[in-house]
Amino acid sequence: MSGIRDERPPVIRDGDDEDEGMLSPGALRRAGAALAERVRGGDLGSLPVIVGLIVIWSVFQILNPVFLSSQNLVNLSMQCAATGTIALGIVMVLLVGEIDLSVGSVSGLAAAILGVTLVELQWNTVLALAAAVVAGMLAGMLYGWLFTRFGLPSFVITLAGLLGFLGLQLWVLGSTGSINIPSDSWIVEFAQHMFLPVWASYVVAVLAVAAYAFSLVSRARRRSAANLVSQGYTEIAVRSSGLLVFLLVSAWYLNLWRGVGLMFVFFLVLVVVMHLVLTRTRWGRAVYAVGGSVEAARRAGIRVDRIYLSVFALCSSLAAVGGVLAAARLAAANQSSGGGDINLNAIAAAVIGGASLFGGRGTAFSALLGIVVIQSISSGLTLLNLDSSVRFMVTGVVLVLAVIVDSISRRTRAATGRA
Amino acid sequence: MSFPASSPPRRSRVLTMRGIGKHFGAVKALTDVDFWVSEGEVVALVGDNGAGKSTLVKILAGVHPPDAGTIEFDGDEVEIASPADSQELGIETIFQDLALCDNLDVVANLWLGRELVSGGGLDEVEMEQRTWTLLRELSAKISSVRIPVAGLSGGQRQTVAIARSLIGDPRVVILDEPTAALGVAQTAEVLNLIERLRERGHGVILISHNMADVLAVADRVVVLRLGRNNGVFNAVDVTSEILVAAITGASGGALRAPAPPPSPPEARITRLPATKPRRVDPPSAGGR
Repeated sequence: MSGIRDERPPVIRDGDDEDEGMLSPGALRRAGAALAERVRGGDLGSLPVIVGLIVIWSVFQILNPVFLSSQNLVNLSMQCAATGTIALGIVMVLLVGEIDLSVGSVSGLAAAILGVTLVELQWNTVLALAAAVVAGMLAGMLYGWLFTRFGLPSFVITLAGLLGFLGLQLWVLGSTGSINIPSDSWIVEFAQHMFLPVWASYVVAVLAVAAYAFSLVSRARRRSAANLVSQGYTEIAVRSSGLLVFLLVSAWYLNLWRGVGLMFVFFLVLVVVMHLVLTRTRWGRAVYAVGGSVEAARRAGIRVDRIYLSVFALCSSLAAVGGVLAAARLAAANQSSGGGDINLNAIAAAVIGGASLFGGRGTAFSALLGIVVIQSISSGLTLLNLDSSVRFMVTGVVLVLAVIVDSISRRTRAATGRA
Repeated sequence: MSFPASSPPRRSRVLTMRGIGKHFGAVKALTDVDFWVSEGEVVALVGDNGAGKSTLVKILAGVHPPDAGTIEFDGDEVEIASPADSQELGIETIFQDLALCDNLDVVANLWLGRELVSGGGLDEVEMEQRTWTLLRELSAKISSVRIPVAGLSGGQRQTVAIARSLIGDPRVVILDEPTAALGVAQTAEVLNLIERLRERGHGVILISHNMADVLAVADRVVVLRLGRNNGVFNAVDVTSEILVAAITGASGGALRAPAPPPSPPEARITRLPATKPRRVDPPSAGGR
């Protein structure tokens, strides 16, 4: 029997896991090669949506030269904030492999609550805002409870929520059906007229990039101190300066007209915060794990039910925040707040931005990229004087294209073993 | 009762199960089964389908509580009522489906649910460093710990699952059919890994249908048949024919280790290694 024991091949210790110096000249080339390799393997990341965005902007610019004007882009950025915030919540539920169809209704409910408490009950603005957002959070916790306690599919729960909370919104608004929020309220000012001063926009851009570069450098330092493969300083410098140039040029271009809207900055900050939470905390890691394999997450000791509950609550809270922003921008809450295409635009944005419908894939930036695509289409078609019928159809086609890209890249990943 | 001079010292017993019984409705899955494992010992659990191997393992993993019998851990009688109890005792079970998150990388899978935290955020550097240390200790062939586990081969995935079970430094590691779906080279890789587990002093319980694998790596082979013990063998002096006979029951009676009900399991194991020379482990530098 010892014969069998000895026939086993000796272990060959791999040498290719040795770490290489972070200042080696080929670092950038290697980074590029790694990217190309990932794309070939079906791990597309944000590439399709960025390519799509360039195509969409080029086409609309050719059809109507006003499209890329500073004025239109400022408007575009302001239009992104509300629905983008809702889409950010959708990204979260998609990450755990679920769906929330009711974000539109919940945002409408939040708008109604803001209007009623602020105008009719004369509450303090902060209190009214808190009430609106807490209402959203409670809706999400209700979903999470129904989902974890009774195992109902999220599709059904939130479909019921879509109807139920629409009803609640109409009830809250009462017989008037429409409430105008006074335009001297700071929340309306915030959503309509507050822009970063020109100097501040540049300072913010520089500070943001400085923070980004600092975090990259300190990570690279720690990793190389620990003898792990680390990002080269050249790559960090290229990335940071690229981002800096992009932000400064964007700020400069928007500053040609009214500038960088504070509401848009608020949305960007939300995206970055969610990104950090998803990538740097145990909770974020658990969200991805649940989306990848519920069973594996459960066996690893993750309290899966709590993750679902918190994700549904967060999604509905973000929907409420989006609803509040939309109401503030409109300076009104009415029966059609949160109605129309907001629901589907938010979901489409998350998917177009690269959050997989199959769970476990996507980043907070999916919401940002996706909503920019959606609003670009909307804005471009409006500039061409095409009515909403065409807009709906085009958005539908783009959504299908995005899901096709997701599906194909999933198959490619499976074929190349990156599932 | 003395070992040859070259034998490693007797390791202390970690886990002892006595008289374990379990039935599901009218079906008796296990009847009066004795089982034990020591530190640094690889025990193979073999038997035909329905012999009760999985039930026995699930009892240890805390999936099913036993109906009868006692479980001792480090000499103290314990109850394993839930998977959490099992993990708390230091028993890690690696089921056949591995339960890895395909979308997460090796480090994330290894530390899932037990992530290291520093300064309010995940301590990726420390986790990655300790992952490398662990993988090197296991002589694992994984070239990058930052790729999604979906991109790994079957053997590498098994390696990740085993490495993950070692994060909590368990006393006993249970492997359910670890080589069932693997090719020749990958099987060798996993068997190597089991050797490493033994060297690290973990008690290893290996469930397998493959007699060659069992004989290649196990110290002791426990045969179950129709929910009962059907022999305990020293791997060095048993052939796969004898094992197959014990598994199928063809000549089980003749080879069954005599098991008088009143004698505690200790009586048997002390006899087993003592009557036959214990296999001597080749030096670890011997190229396995």
